[in-house]
Amino acid sequence: MTLDIESPPARTAGPRKATKRRAHVPHKGAIALFAAPFGVLFLAFYLIPIGYAVWQSLQVVERDGTYGEPRQVFGWFTQYGLVFESGPFWESVGRMFLFGAVQVPVMLGLALLFALLLDSPVLKGKRFFRLAFFVPYAVPGVIAAIMWGFLMSPNLSPFTDVTRAVDFLSPQLVLWSIANVVTWVFVGYNMLIIYSALLAIPQEIFEAARLDGAGQIRIAWAIKIPMVAPAIVLTAIFSIIGTLQLLAEPQVFRSFSAAVSSTFTPNMTVYATNSIPNVNLAAAFSVVLALTTFILSFAFLKATQRKAD
Amino acid sequence: MSMLTRTRGATADDLKISGTKPKESMISRGAALLIMGVFTLYFLVPIWWLFVSATKDRGQFLTTPSLWFADWNLWNNIGDLINYGDGVYLRWLINSLGYAGIGALLATIVAGMCGYALAKYRFPGRELFFNVILGGVLVPATALALPLFLIFSQVNLTNTYWAVLLPSIVSPFGVYLSRIFAAASVPDELIEASRIDGAGELRTFFTVSIRLMTPALVTVFLFQFVAIWNNFFLPLIMLRSEELFPVTFGLYAWNTQLNQIPELRTYVLVGSLLSVIPLIVTFLLLQRFWRNGLGSGSVK
Repeated sequence: MTLDIESPPARTAGPRKATKRRAHVPHKGAIALFAAPFGVLFLAFYLIPIGYAVWQSLQVVERDGTYGEPRQVFGWFTQYGLVFESGPFWESVGRMFLFGAVQVPVMLGLALLFALLLDSPVLKGKRFFRLAFFVPYAVPGVIAAIMWGFLMSPNLSPFTDVTRAVDFLSPQLVLWSIANVVTWVFVGYNMLIIYSALLAIPQEIFEAARLDGAGQIRIAWAIKIPMVAPAIVLTAIFSIIGTLQLLAEPQVFRSFSAAVSSTFTPNMTVYATNSIPNVNLAAAFSVVLALTTFILSFAFLKATQRKAD
Repeated sequence: MSMLTRTRGATADDLKISGTKPKESMISRGAALLIMGVFTLYFLVPIWWLFVSATKDRGQFLTTPSLWFADWNLWNNIGDLINYGDGVYLRWLINSLGYAGIGALLATIVAGMCGYALAKYRFPGRELFFNVILGGVLVPATALALPLFLIFSQVNLTNTYWAVLLPSIVSPFGVYLSRIFAAASVPDELIEASRIDGAGELRTFFTVSIRLMTPALVTVFLFQFVAIWNNFFLPLIMLRSEELFPVTFGLYAWNTQLNQIPELRTYVLVGSLLSVIPLIVTFLLLQRFWRNGLGSGSVK
C-alpha cells in the first residue's frame, strides 16, 4: 500500500502528462506554483522516507566471519520474519490494543458528554468550563506525564493516603495510569471538535423537535449524536493513530516506575531496536507499525461510513 | 464564536419549556453542574499542584501540604532555573519557539497554498494527489522519524536544527483543512472578479483569498505549532547535543536524571510550569479565530 502512493506527485508536478491527456488546463503555472512547495516537501519528508524504510527493511547485514566487514545485502523478507517472531514487539502491540479498546471509548464518551452538556441549555458557565477542560491540551505529553508521575508516586503525591493504598505505578496499574494521562490531555481537545460540530447544526431542527415534545436527552440521543457522528469518527481515527504511536508518556513513566520496560509500546520497541543498533529490523518494525495503523484507521473509517449510510 | 454561543444560549432559554417541567429542569441543571464541577477539579488540580509546587523551595516541597502555598520562592526558583547549566533552559525555550513558530508558519503557508490550489483549480490528477496527501494524514509521524533519521545521517543533517525543523514543515492535515475551508469560504465569483480587475493568480491568493481563509489557516497554524512543540520522537532520535533540545525534551532529559541529581526536581517542576505558558497564551490570543476552522474540518 505504501509503495503504490509514490508515483502521483511526479505526475501532478510534471505538466507533460497533463498536456497529453487534455489540451488545455487553465492557470497551469499558478497551480504548479501553489502545489509544488507542498508536493516537494511531501515527497522529501513523507514518500521518500516511507520508500526508504521499506528498502531498508528488505536488507540484511552480512559479515565475513565474526570480525569481518559488515555488508548490507538484499534479504527479501528476512527482517519481516524476525518481526513476526519477535515476542516483545507483539506483546507491545497487544498492550496498545488493550489500551486503545478501553482508553479511546472512555475518552470519546467523556468528550461527547461534555460537548452535549456545553451545547444544552441546562448548563451555566459554559465559557469557563470550555476553557478549563481545554487547558490540559496546552500541556505537552511529556510535561503531563512528568506531572502525573509526581502526583502518582507514593512519596511525592499530594494524595499520599491514596497513593500508598493503591500503587498506580505497579505492573498491574501503570498502563491505566498512562491511559489517565492521555485522557487528561486530550478529552478537552476532542470535546471542542465535537462541540464545534454541534454548533453547526441548524437551530430549526431543535425547535421542531421541541414543539414535538422531545426533551433535552431525547434531542441529544436522536438528533445531536447522529449529526455529529462524522466528527466523532474523526476524533476516533486520530485517537487510534495516537494510541499506536504512544511514546512520550510511557518513556517518561520509565523514570517513575520500573514496570515500564524499554519495549512497553511498539514505538519504544522501534527505538530500542534502532539504538542496538539494528537499523534494518527497526525499519521493518516501523513499516509493520505504519501499515497496522493505516489499515486500522482506514477500516474504522469504512466500517463507520457504511453504518451511517 | 463567543457571539454565536451567546445568541444560541438566548434562543435556547427562550424556547425552553421550563414552565411545563420546572422540577426536572432543576435536577438536570444540578446534575450537569455537578458533573462539570467534578471534572473541572480533575482537569485543573494537577495544574494547580504544579503551580503551587513551583513556588516552594526544595525542603518545603516535601514537608508542606502539596496543594497550598508555603513561603513564596517562585522568583528565586525561576532565577536558579535560568542560571542552572549556563542558562540551558532559556536556550531550550528559545529553541522550542523557533522550531514551533517557524515550522508552523511555513507549514501553514505551504499547506494553505496547496489546499487552495486543490479547491479552486481543476487539473488532471487532482483527486489522486489529494488522496495521496490524505493517506499521509494516516501515516503515524513516529513511523517517519526513523527513516528520516537514516536519510539525514547520510547527508550529515542529524543533530542539527534542520533535522527537527524541516520535517515539521509538512502538514497533510493542513492541506486537508485548507482545501475544505477554501472550497466553502472563497467564492469562485470573487476570484473571477479579481481576475477581471487584472490581478494575477498569486496576487489574488495573497490579497483576497488568504483573508477569507484566515480561520482555517489559524487552525492549521495552531495544530502544527502544538504538534511540533509536543513532538518527542523526532528530537529523541535526531538530537544529541543539549543546546539543540526543545524545552519538553530538555525537561524529559532532566527528569531521567532525578535519581542521580535530586536538586533537578525543582527545576523540572518550575521549568514545566514556564514551558506551558507560551502554548496557553497562543491559544488565548488566537482562540476567536480558530474554532470556526476546527468545526469546518470535522463536519464535512
